Amino acid sequence: MKGAETLSAAEQARTKVQKPKFAKTEKTPVEPVDPDALIEVQHLTKRYGDLVVLDDISEKVYPGEKVAIIGPSGGGKSTFLRCLNVLEDPTDGYVFFEGNNLCDLKVDINLQRRRMGMVFQQFNLFNNMNVLDNITLAPIHVAMQDIRRARFRQVFHKKGDSEKQNTAPEVEIRSKKQVKEEAEARAMQLLSRIGLADKAKVYPSTLSGGQRQRIAIVRALAMNPKVMLFDEPTSALDPEMVGEVLALIKELADEGMTMVIVTHEMGFAREVATRVLFMAGGKIAEQGPPAQIFGAPQNERLREFLSKVL
Amino acid sequence: MWESFYQQFITYDGYKLVLQGLQNTLIIALVGLVIGIVLGTLVAVIHVAGTRSKVARVFAVVGDVYTTLFRGTPIVVQLLVFHFVIFLPLQLNIPGVWESVIVFGLNSGAYVSEIMRGGILSVDIGQTEAGRTLGLSFATTMLKIVFPQAIKNVIPTLGNELIAITKDTSVAGYVGTTDLTVAFSSLASNDYKIILPYIFLALVYLVIVIIFTVIIRLVERRLRKSERR
Repeated sequence: MKGAETLSAAEQARTKVQKPKFAKTEKTPVEPVDPDALIEVQHLTKRYGDLVVLDDISEKVYPGEKVAIIGPSGGGKSTFLRCLNVLEDPTDGYVFFEGNNLCDLKVDINLQRRRMGMVFQQFNLFNNMNVLDNITLAPIHVAMQDIRRARFRQVFHKKGDSEKQNTAPEVEIRSKKQVKEEAEARAMQLLSRIGLADKAKVYPSTLSGGQRQRIAIVRALAMNPKVMLFDEPTSALDPEMVGEVLALIKELADEGMTMVIVTHEMGFAREVATRVLFMAGGKIAEQGPPAQIFGAPQNERLREFLSKVL
Repeated sequence: MWESFYQQFITYDGYKLVLQGLQNTLIIALVGLVIGIVLGTLVAVIHVAGTRSKVARVFAVVGDVYTTLFRGTPIVVQLLVFHFVIFLPLQLNIPGVWESVIVFGLNSGAYVSEIMRGGILSVDIGQTEAGRTLGLSFATTMLKIVFPQAIKNVIPTLGNELIAITKDTSVAGYVGTTDLTVAFSSLASNDYKIILPYIFLALVYLVIVIIFTVIIRLVERRLRKSERR
């Protein structure tokens, strides 16, 4: 449609802006980025007007880590998670994913987000598509996009100018049909894994919360992400369905998926996490291995919080 | 009374004029609405995008000015202004029907933009977020995820707009377009037997609107069906 073209132009213009978006960040020079960290945030601050939600947070997530974020509501947990893939624009500070500055408008955020799966509290399955289309939409679309771009490069950078060609990812040129079949095969494989292969053609509105959330997880997995971000994945579920979703997340964790989970399931955090962050008042008030956080909490607010929820 | 009308309608080829008028009325209403939907959607999307991009915000202001102008002035005035201030002096020899189509399209776009904006906002923000986190661009997310759902929500209101624009076309005669109203009026003025032509004129509009209403209802039911499977 016409609207889309104009917008993609606007979007392109957005990514082309040369001026750094955060003039304030010039005051805090970029510190060296840890090459081993998968996600690194530096002096992350988020303000809504006068309300400081995140207050100068610096943190790293290494590959293979399972980071659980706990804390009272309003403490900035969700906002922190949503800043990791800049779904929420930080007011100040930097977010790096594999060394790429996500706050830099020159970095193609869509390319980075492909490798960061996210699962929401409200599932957010696409209501206008059946389960299979929900899962295959993004894989097919981005694959075709890459192929189109590769074709474009082939035509316009035939010889010479090989520098750009070399830096671009190698893309195998396939027909849309092939791409679609591959994506669907992968989707069916993932669906069978969670035992919902028979639901491939139904619409999300007919499924239970637990089924929807597991499909949402699988939808994120279909993009082969390097990290999964879970935003209270079980908070909107009936108690009897919490188990099946947590079991799937645990399975992923056991397979070595890097994940950041905002959760109120303390037992789960204790069992699965390699590191627990306690967030309160926009800061990481205390962090450490689960045994230490739950067994020997130092912070006064953490002790108070745990006494209420455990 | 009847004989006179029969004479006007059949013997003196009045029906040809009426068919011509019916055709023009339908062209103006339908093509006008299509233009309106395209324009309105564009304005609405830019408006929605304006909350996050500075470039889009500039365009959003342009859209606001457009909406204000076309919703703030009567359609007859718009027709006259376009006809006498733009089309005539510039000597653009556009046929009268298409002149009306352009004006009705622009007019309808202003209303549709607000309808569409409401439709887009009626789709849960989570749908957009889910699309974006999968690495889809804003445009793709809009096109594949938000629009299909928004359309379902706005069909009843768009139907309203279709009915409104159909009836509004009765003023197209102001700039010399032979629409239904003009056709029946000329039947009436031929022999000054005015009662029947005007009653039939009203009936024709009524029938058109009823047909549209039924079609809209069918379309809506069809769109909703996919959700229940």
